Amino acid sequence: MNRRKITVAVSGLNNIDSPGPGIPVIRGLKESTQFDVRIIGLSYENLEPGLYLHNLVDKSYSIPLPSAGMDSLLQRLLYIHSIEQLDVIIPNFDAELHSFIKLSPILKRDYGIASFLPDLETFESRHKSVLYEFGEKNQVKVPQSKMVFSANEILAIGANFGYPLVVKGKYYDASIAATPEQAVNYFHKIANKWGLPIILQEFVSGNEVNVTAIGDGKGNCIGAVPMRKLYITDKGKAWAGISLLDDELITITNRVISNSKWRGGCELEFIKSKAGEYYLLEMNPRFPAWVYLAVGCGQNHPEALVSMALGLEVKPYQSYENGKLFVRYSFDQIVDLAEFEKISTLGEL
Amino acid sequence: MKLNKNIAVSDTGFIFNPLSGDSFSTNPIGQEIIRLMKEQKPKGDIVKALGQKYNAEESTLEKDLEDFFQMLLSYQLMQDNE
Repeated sequence: MNRRKITVAVSGLNNIDSPGPGIPVIRGLKESTQFDVRIIGLSYENLEPGLYLHNLVDKSYSIPLPSAGMDSLLQRLLYIHSIEQLDVIIPNFDAELHSFIKLSPILKRDYGIASFLPDLETFESRHKSVLYEFGEKNQVKVPQSKMVFSANEILAIGANFGYPLVVKGKYYDASIAATPEQAVNYFHKIANKWGLPIILQEFVSGNEVNVTAIGDGKGNCIGAVPMRKLYITDKGKAWAGISLLDDELITITNRVISNSKWRGGCELEFIKSKAGEYYLLEMNPRFPAWVYLAVGCGQNHPEALVSMALGLEVKPYQSYENGKLFVRYSFDQIVDLAEFEKISTLGEL
Repeated sequence: MKLNKNIAVSDTGFIFNPLSGDSFSTNPIGQEIIRLMKEQKPKGDIVKALGQKYNAEESTLEKDLEDFFQMLLSYQLMQDNE
């Protein structure tokens, strides 16, 4: 079969101990049966391992941090486009999505660069700080949560929610506090790293199960694969996991994707309580770092996303293989100083 | 006493629960009990079959089988519908 040649820019090349989804997304695209994909890596740091994975990433460019503003990002993307003629962009960091969502109509209309992202309203609706309301709207249980800007608020909220109490950063990081003192400590620690606000969430005990999913923006769930972490790093990231056969979880996922008309990839994080009830803890607005497990289970979500971005019709996946594991590994790449110099000084590799 | 749906048991006694993602290993006697449960044999028939094969007291087998069932229950591999 003749595969269509396309060029896709992908961010999230930080395949580290708290990995970004870029490399797993690229692996899915490289295994596409429909597309022959040239990958352009977009990086924020000169030591993102994906920069040096030349078997997966054909060319890389550094891009400005979200704090530099949208104009800088747009100018940089247009420079990259003038050389590479991008067909699709897949942003993979929570913190950059806001800018990419805002830029996506301009990129599409004026430059023909497609992306497949939710609109700003849907993107904001599943934010940690309003997740409880999101759950009510989409008929899924969510532990109570409150957004706080000061550590002084912890005492009253802790008394209401009880302990242990989950303390979460706006985009990243979460810790479980057993006492008010611990909660205050975590508040400062996370706020120093990721800024305010901090989200305090009621703790629900049970088993964590996660779903990688993709919606078409019209209310259809194109694919969903549930996974349980089997090995968790000290940062709480899955180092190994296994796909599950869980019809109820798939039904809930379909309902959330359908009701919210989610457009693009996402990860739903649930706790299955001892009573067998599912509580949505988070909805991440992009593919998870373990999305390649979905590819291994027979659902190529990155390929489906690119197809939809290019306006092609995609039929929902009907099945996946359960009992498939992913097991991560670390790998030392040997890199010539000249390469490091090139990305550090020219911003290209 | 019914094994949960979709529980997979290999020839080597490796048990996988696709709903929870848990996996376990059992010895040949455990495999045999699970095979008999999959054939929907009642507890009495399982005791009889094991008694004939291993020449053991029925009362001992009943107690051991009950322990095994309790373990399957605690690992969510079985439903207690007796």
